[in-house]
Amino acid sequence: MIWSKHNISSPSASADTVSPDTVMRYVLRGAAGIAAMLVLLILWFLVFESWPALRHISLERFLTDPSWHPGEGMYNLAPMVSGTLYAAGGALLLATPLGIASALFIAYYASPRGAGVYRRLVELLAGIPSVVFGFWGLTTLVPLINQLHPPGASLLAGILILTLMILPTIALTAHAALQAVPGEYLRAAAALGLSRWGMIRGVVLPAVKTGIVAGIMLAAGRAIGETMAVLMVAGNVVQHAGSLFDPVRALAANIALEMAYAMNDHRAALFVSGLMLMLLVMALSGVAGWLGRNRRA
Amino acid sequence: MKILPATQYVMFVAALLWGLGWGQPGNAASQKLVLTGASTIAPLAGELARRFELLHPGTRIDVQTGGSARGINDVRNGIADIGMVSRALKPEEKDLHAYTIALDGVGIILHASNRVTALSRQQVIGIYTGKIVNWKVAGGQDAPITVVNKAEGRSTLELFLDYLKLKNSDIKPHVIIGDNLQGVKTVAGNPNAIGYVSIGTAEYEAAHGTPIKLLPLDGITASAASVRNGAFPLSRPLNLVTRAAPKGLARDFIEFARSEQVHDLVEAQYFVPVGVR
Repeated sequence: MIWSKHNISSPSASADTVSPDTVMRYVLRGAAGIAAMLVLLILWFLVFESWPALRHISLERFLTDPSWHPGEGMYNLAPMVSGTLYAAGGALLLATPLGIASALFIAYYASPRGAGVYRRLVELLAGIPSVVFGFWGLTTLVPLINQLHPPGASLLAGILILTLMILPTIALTAHAALQAVPGEYLRAAAALGLSRWGMIRGVVLPAVKTGIVAGIMLAAGRAIGETMAVLMVAGNVVQHAGSLFDPVRALAANIALEMAYAMNDHRAALFVSGLMLMLLVMALSGVAGWLGRNRRA
Repeated sequence: MKILPATQYVMFVAALLWGLGWGQPGNAASQKLVLTGASTIAPLAGELARRFELLHPGTRIDVQTGGSARGINDVRNGIADIGMVSRALKPEEKDLHAYTIALDGVGIILHASNRVTALSRQQVIGIYTGKIVNWKVAGGQDAPITVVNKAEGRSTLELFLDYLKLKNSDIKPHVIIGDNLQGVKTVAGNPNAIGYVSIGTAEYEAAHGTPIKLLPLDGITASAASVRNGAFPLSRPLNLVTRAAPKGLARDFIEFARSEQVHDLVEAQYFVPVGVR
């Protein structure tokens, strides 16, 4: 707050006729407008680039063609949509309880010293580049799963890698939400003689539900869009997975694998997968917004 | 923590932009060459570029990968000066000028612990189309085969399919990979996998302790030597491609890349220099 006061009281040379507040309002409006424009621009760009394919390939063919072989004119994206959703969904199922548990551990169970160390570790995990996760998965995790059930590069490997990657997102956002719980709630709960777990279940969790759901949605967005790590461990075969050990290809991995090599319709079809990915994320944030409204009502 | 006032921030950004704009004309004085295309050629092209830049101060050579198809495309559209294409030109590409700088073969690789020492062409076709699913049938141990295939658009895939007379949709893969290195890592991590990569990459990795081995094809050992004498069936030229007859810097670079003085660089990448056979 100090800096804004400084801004108002300082006799700035450039702004002695116009109030700094007015300047700031327009600057901020401009910045916000640019941020919003970017999303629309990306959407317009995706439609523009996929237009050559959409023009003469009917929309339902992207879901009903026999397979994805763009070289032979077959463009079925449905297995990749299912692959993306399975991988992201599986990772969320694993990471959500783990993430919330670690947040609760940091906030209420660990000693202050332990909590600090643990928090640093989780933050470090969040900072590891995805290609490092992918390389580790390819050289360690995939051979391990291969011993269990070949070929190793599989939906399961993708889910496990994604879990590692989104766990810190969920844990850190949940922890931030926990820290925002007003102290009087906790003191009141303690005064009522609630046990620690009773306090968490009855007071804390209901209070932070929205914050945790927001964190999960953020993590879901990352899981759906994650490219490099999934590309390296999931096997990339275009098919509907029948089991956890089947290889799958995610939409984002499809673009990364083939974009550099694609031309004409193939290239446009890859932009259609990008568009599909964007629609998935939009649907997700739509659902999140709708859930948030319903919770509060 | 003190946050910069907005005016200082704006001045900082303006100074940054101004500095960038100022820096530009200085670079424009030097000559620049852009190469795009096959990921197989890119490491060699990078080495060639480094030596070329040392010998010709003031030149800058930019090497970008993206596959042979992109090399062709970028040269046609004028985005790149030289395209890198790791196969012979197709009939419809004969309008371009191609200069072979080295030869390479595509070899089938297995994990080093696999007991299989040779596969016939029919067996390879059987494995890749999903008719042979267990190594027992091919003389190995009783274990399911993991078929590693390349992603659509790579020239290694085109060459391989052409050799087996198959379409990509006939192949029943378990893993699809991007570049050669990912292929080597995938096979090295799975004792029952079969894949195919550039012989150059495979020989290099095998020599540096990666547990993979190259299989002979039609009875001919997969090695730089058999590619050199032209006996190996699955081999290809590594080409530099231009739209018109090259002149200026592009001509100098192509002549340099084909000259005796870079044979050590070509051999260091386990490719076969041209003109030695």
